[in-house]
Amino acid sequence: MQQLCEQLLNGLNLGSVYALIALGYTMVYGIAKMLNFAHGDIIMVGAYTLLLSGSRFGLPWWASVLLCTVICCVLGVSIEKIAYKPLRSSSPLTVLITAIGVSYFLQSSALLIFGSNKQKVDSLIKIKGFTFYGINISGESIVTLSVTIIIMILLTLFIKKTKMGKAMLAVSEDKGAAQLMGVNVNSTISATFAIGSSLAAVAGILYMSSYGFVGPYTGSLPGIKAFVAAVLGGIGSIPGAMLGGILLGIIESMAKTYISTDLADAIVFGILIVVLLFRPTGLLGKKRMEKV
Amino acid sequence: MPLLQVKNLGINFGGLKAVDDFSVNIEKGMLYGLIGPNGAGKTTVFNLLTGVYKPSTGTFRLDGQILNGKSPIEINRMGIARTFQNIRLFSHMSVMDNVKVGLHNHQTYNVFDGIFRTPKYYREEKAMNEEAVELLKVFDLEKEKDNRAYNLPYGKQRKLEIARALATKPKLLLLDEPAAGMNPNETEELMSTIRFVRDNFDMTILLIEHDMRLVGGICEEVTVLNFGTELAKGKTSEVLNDPRVITAYLGE
Amino acid sequence: MAKKQMTGSEKLILAQTQLKANLKKRKKTVFAVILGIAAFIICNVLISTGALGRQGSGLLVPICINIMLAVSLNLIVGFLGELSLGHAGFMSVGAYAGCLFTIHANLPTIIEFPLALIIGGLTAAVFGVIIGLPALRLNGDYLAIVTLAFGEIIRSIINSLDFTGGAGGLKGINKFSNFSVAYIAAMITIVVIVNLVNSRHGRAITAIRDNIISAEATGINVVFYKLLSFVIAAFFAGAAGVLYGHHLAILKPGTFDFNKSIEILVIVVLGGMGSIPGSIIAAIVITLLPEVLRDLSDYRMLIYSIALIVMMLSSSSTHLAELRMKIRKKLGLSGRKGVA
Repeated sequence: MQQLCEQLLNGLNLGSVYALIALGYTMVYGIAKMLNFAHGDIIMVGAYTLLLSGSRFGLPWWASVLLCTVICCVLGVSIEKIAYKPLRSSSPLTVLITAIGVSYFLQSSALLIFGSNKQKVDSLIKIKGFTFYGINISGESIVTLSVTIIIMILLTLFIKKTKMGKAMLAVSEDKGAAQLMGVNVNSTISATFAIGSSLAAVAGILYMSSYGFVGPYTGSLPGIKAFVAAVLGGIGSIPGAMLGGILLGIIESMAKTYISTDLADAIVFGILIVVLLFRPTGLLGKKRMEKV
Repeated sequence: MPLLQVKNLGINFGGLKAVDDFSVNIEKGMLYGLIGPNGAGKTTVFNLLTGVYKPSTGTFRLDGQILNGKSPIEINRMGIARTFQNIRLFSHMSVMDNVKVGLHNHQTYNVFDGIFRTPKYYREEKAMNEEAVELLKVFDLEKEKDNRAYNLPYGKQRKLEIARALATKPKLLLLDEPAAGMNPNETEELMSTIRFVRDNFDMTILLIEHDMRLVGGICEEVTVLNFGTELAKGKTSEVLNDPRVITAYLGE
Repeated sequence: MAKKQMTGSEKLILAQTQLKANLKKRKKTVFAVILGIAAFIICNVLISTGALGRQGSGLLVPICINIMLAVSLNLIVGFLGELSLGHAGFMSVGAYAGCLFTIHANLPTIIEFPLALIIGGLTAAVFGVIIGLPALRLNGDYLAIVTLAFGEIIRSIINSLDFTGGAGGLKGINKFSNFSVAYIAAMITIVVIVNLVNSRHGRAITAIRDNIISAEATGINVVFYKLLSFVIAAFFAGAAGVLYGHHLAILKPGTFDFNKSIEILVIVVLGGMGSIPGSIIAAIVITLLPEVLRDLSDYRMLIYSIALIVMMLSSSSTHLAELRMKIRKKLGLSGRKGVA
């Protein structure tokens, strides 16, 4: 029972990170109708920034967080402007291959700069954990969960209450019509990438505080799993990404504990395939029909 | 017996009745028009007849065979071919290959014949090439045969779509706004091509069109749709002069 | 419709142009066959005289393997128009099946190895059906992710099984692969896929790529042709895997990861999606490149990634596309999405 609760907590912890990354996937997919394959690698860039700012230069925690977020945000927006924007009217295949190219570009650049060895990143979270009815609750878990909850609330308010949030909804519904209504599609897409990448930066910081090591390929597996989470919840749906992320985190840590560490990833991917086959729109997604 | 018998066909999208209680009988060899204001449900009727949508109510038969509930592929094989309002060619393939895809189901060589280039492959490919060129000639496209479909001017793309549909050797041909975007001269030429197809291919044609000169010029009978229901039906000249139809088009 | 009637001379001209086109086609085929045989003889002469050196001869089999992988993946990416990110998965299934067969079977090599290639191919083809099934319901990004997921699942499973040697790898494989076998296998792959895409079945596959809705409306059995593409592509990837295993004499699940799939995709994209000659040339170049540019080996992945992005951006720009067409015409290669 105690183990179950601890694994549940671990799952929530991991799931929050997945949910934050999944939000970036889902927002970009909803608005730009593309799978930003490089999204996971933004986490890696964030983690390396943290390594330099915190562990090497000893900046205070708030400065590190700010620096990470700004760098990831600028990077995300620049990628969109340089690589994706010229391809708005191209086939999905072209866009996807480009995104894979960008992902590879980020990974191989990191490999050249930092080498292939994983490096230790000091956790920014210094809060002490406590024991509750025999269950260990770490400081990392407390911070990860509370940060995720705060971000979810802020993001929901942003989408529902602000002009930019409404513009995002409009663009995701119908790009052409939104443009005719005076919505600036380009700046809306840029804003989406900015928000998604900032969330990835936060996810990267939280991920590092729990796992502690960064390498050039650190971002790709959590990235792909977060995509699975986004699909599980229903791509394009913000509550879906949150739900999918949490569910996936719990499933993964349960599978690791009770089934097999080696097969945990296979189970996660198996779930993706089953969901796509039987409910391609995910748990909370809307059905789309192509007009003939 | 009429070639196409449609009885009480209808479909709902959510609560909206996009098409309701649509019935029509089309005799073999007839040129039949389906007209009505934008959003009246004309293309939806085509999508129902070709299996893209499954009807919520009603039935339709071709040559006595019940077709409702069948897939687009089965319906095509049983004898209904169509064109699309927004042209859907195989745009990166050559003009010739577009037509040859249409002839696909009338050849019998299997995958192994294709891979190992058996005599059957050569024989059937040769026959296929000749047939495709014949079809392209009807539409004055034989000079374009090695061109990519997306390189064709708009009018020729529309014609190629008709050629491809005909290549599947249908009993009934559905044309969705064949004259859209054409100038009067091109429309005139298209009208004679449609007549030619009907006469020489022994074809029955159901077409959607907004150009009333085309409808009045070639259709023997028409149905007018408005808000998904039938407003009027009968001989073209009579229907087009029906005050209700004029009101539907022009408003009160 | 008076103009539908052609005069006798017009008919004659049309017949002549058709004859010329046929001759041109036949010339191309003859040229390709001569080129194929010549390349085989030249390589064999170079190997036996030792002109290539040990290192050079060692690259010939990997070149053939990469040609098989790229040409087969091109069937899915270039002709069917779907992105498969799990090609290394097919390769690994074939590799393990074929290698386990030669380890346990006790037949003369001349029977055992070709049989292993076929067994590897068929096993991978079975997986092609399994992966092809989701392809019937999904397309685009979703399908790409599913193929990726399948590749990773296969890898995890091989990793955790005992009879595959697990993470430590499968050892004790005979070094059966030599240039002649690999060359013949690559040639068979090319001939089968080129002939397929130039048949009515290949046209059906290409039609699905260009417009699935009108392919259905034209009576094309979309289900069958999607599955067929995956099965054939998987078969040759599997056979390539068998060659690979018998070349290195050891198989490790880590080799067949996502990066391997991407490397094959890079070859297909660089050669031109839908161009078989392009895939062949790109496979040769990409296999040789790291050896020729030893100093740049650290930059290899960076160069690949930039190449991918630039290729995609340039293919969507009309100005650059025209330039590419001109270059291709000069080199005598077919167009980007054309039939090879």
